[in-house]
Amino acid sequence: MNIAVCVKQVPDASEVKIDKATGTMVREGVPAVLNPFDAYAVEEAVRLKEKHGGKVSAVTMGPPQAGEVLKHVVAMGADDVMLISDRAFAGADTWATSYTLGLGLKKLGPLDLVICGKQAIDGDTAQVGPGVAENLGLPFVAYVRRIVDVSGGKMRVERLIEDGYEVVEVSLPAVITVVKEINAPRMPSLKGKMKAKSLEIKPLSAQDIGAEAEKIGLAGSPTKVMKVFSPPPKGNREKIDGAPEEQAARLAEKLKALKII
Amino acid sequence: MPIIVKVDICVGCEACVNECPFGAIEMKDEKAVIGDKCTLCGTCVDTCPSFAIEMTDEPKAVPAADLSAYKGVWVFAEQRNKKIVPVARELIGEGRRLADLLGEELSAVLFGNGMDAEARSLIEAGADRVYQVEDGLLNEFHEDAYADALSQLIKKYKPEIVLAGATSIGRAFVPIVATRVRTGLTADCTALDIDRENKNLLQTRPAFGGNIMATIACPNNRPQMATVRPGVMKSLLPDAARTGGIIKEAPASPLTSRTKLLETIEEAGHKINISEAEIIVSGGRGMGEKGFELLKEIADMLGGVVGATRAAVDSGWMPYPHQIGQTGRTVSPRLYIACGISGAIQHLAGIQSSDMIIAINKDPDAPIFNVADIGIVGDVFEVLPAFARKLKEMKGR
Ligand SMILES: Cc1cc2nc3c(=O)[nH]c(=O)nc-3n(C[C@H](O)[C@H](O)[C@H](O)COP(=O)(O)OP(=O)(O)OC[C@H]3O[C@@H](n4cnc5c(N)ncnc54)[C@H](O)[C@@H]3O)c2cc1C
Ligand SMILES: Nc1ncnc2c1ncn2[C@@H]1O[C@H](COP(=O)(O)O)[C@@H](O)[C@H]1O
Repeated sequence: MNIAVCVKQVPDASEVKIDKATGTMVREGVPAVLNPFDAYAVEEAVRLKEKHGGKVSAVTMGPPQAGEVLKHVVAMGADDVMLISDRAFAGADTWATSYTLGLGLKKLGPLDLVICGKQAIDGDTAQVGPGVAENLGLPFVAYVRRIVDVSGGKMRVERLIEDGYEVVEVSLPAVITVVKEINAPRMPSLKGKMKAKSLEIKPLSAQDIGAEAEKIGLAGSPTKVMKVFSPPPKGNREKIDGAPEEQAARLAEKLKALKII
Repeated sequence: MPIIVKVDICVGCEACVNECPFGAIEMKDEKAVIGDKCTLCGTCVDTCPSFAIEMTDEPKAVPAADLSAYKGVWVFAEQRNKKIVPVARELIGEGRRLADLLGEELSAVLFGNGMDAEARSLIEAGADRVYQVEDGLLNEFHEDAYADALSQLIKKYKPEIVLAGATSIGRAFVPIVATRVRTGLTADCTALDIDRENKNLLQTRPAFGGNIMATIACPNNRPQMATVRPGVMKSLLPDAARTGGIIKEAPASPLTSRTKLLETIEEAGHKINISEAEIIVSGGRGMGEKGFELLKEIADMLGGVVGATRAAVDSGWMPYPHQIGQTGRTVSPRLYIACGISGAIQHLAGIQSSDMIIAINKDPDAPIFNVADIGIVGDVFEVLPAFARKLKEMKGR
């Protein structure tokens, strides 16, 4: 199978701290890592390759240092990488990002499957996967928690829904997004790390992928950020002290007053 | 880079460095320098007390088409098994408010065969009109068919605003629609409003696990589209006297699908949809395996459901669909009781839009207390059994 994964570099959420005094996020000096959901995408792609043969290509759009995540992905078993990087892409929303990634993916030649993470943990939009599918004109299945079977140009998957899951059959080539339940990503192997070390990444520009200027970056993005702010701290904070029995009794009274009991 | 720092004006106060949501600004020689991580969000421009930062090339306002041709507010009325999901009625409530602010009509879009009674109920819930698309393929969710049907309707009637629930269905197919009609889509919004100046839709949503909020507009493309988190908007009381039009639409071209739904499995034990639960009693590592039985008992008495942190799920105490947070579900209950949960940033990401949070933890410095409305410092194994007894006693009365 010829598989592509879309991966993104994001700030490491486990390193983000909250300033106790102001309740705002401390954003300085936070290291960048592979979006955790994309690790599941890479793992699943590598497992499919191990089972069915073929090749795994990883694509990212971002600033030059975003190439670091591509090294990580190669260490996990990806074969080829593509870094799409150009000042002209800055400020892209999900529409422009999906368009740009779509062009990059088309350059990879015929693909059987494109796997994205469920969402990127910086924006939490979960819109790039379906957007890429539309740009490639391919069918799409979101929230895949298991690939049951691939055969005869079709794939059977389990899609997570609110109160359970659905078994869906999709014709290939297709685009899917994957959730945490799908697998446990492997640690990079020593051999993989060696390969990653010697990896040379040549970034592709807007021109290289044939992007139209009015569809990329800030200018190509229909949505505009008007304002970014910290969520207002919650007021009326209250403590219930005393012995456990007393705390429990007062809690029950509170809930009764709120008409919850 | 269209954002520039005027070095002669910059006083090196570092205000922008602290405010940049993406950590993209550094100080060099006591002047702010904008790095590659910049996404052009413009926060620094607004923050700089000395007006030293400017957006040079503000994208020219070139409307993609005649925007005034687009009128009215639409709500996608999602159904599952022929039942309209609660978030759709919540959106009718919010859509009513927005439509009234704009002085325009509110329409609902309903898919599937045999949905006449539901269509009528949408009028009672506050809609002026219902577009009912009847096609066997639309009875169940198919990405292709849903995306085709909604895109066709949008192209035909040109609504100004289109809202859908941020559910597993809405978040899967609405992005395809927005991509196709070449417009903006804001994900998982928690507040909507109309800009008084230009009547644009202002869409506010949490980003970065709820640690920052962003207000987003779509000034030059129509429709303005958003998915909205279940549980945050208020539905109206149904009014049987309301009147409205029901328009039956046949798809312009036959719908097809490249996906086939083979089976739907409701997972035993968690038929309840945690994203829509009103009361959640949630446990973390502090509860231990046994502790979750206690939580179930309390949740049952309160008419709620049990949630869990990743630590608890990873330990095998609760199955994954109960996991709340960045890598689990996002919830917005009326009441969230966090028991033996430390309040890691990834967990808080999933509970930000709860109306009330009560935390029980033996560590007075646990970060969960920073977001709790009511904090109880104590041992869950002492407080909760006493609380359960108290509940039984009150119920018995
Ligand atoms: C990429 C990424 C994604 C993640 N996604 C999620 C996610 O979606 N959801 C999620 O929840 N986590 C997530 N995590 C994990 C998260 O960082 C925390 O590790 C996790 O939330 C901690 O769970 P906890 O509060 O149950 O455990 P702990 O942090 O161990 O806290 C246990 C708490 O219980 C208290 N306690 C212990 N015994 C008692 C007692 N007898 N009485 C009262 N209190 C007691 C302790 O004081 C402590 O505060 C993610 C992490 C990463 C890196
Ligand atoms: N800049 C990017 N480069 C590569 N892949 C991306 C990028 N942005 C998003 N993706 C992919 O799309 C998924 C969803 O991202 P998002 O829609 O931003 O939440 C991610 O998990 C990635 O697989």
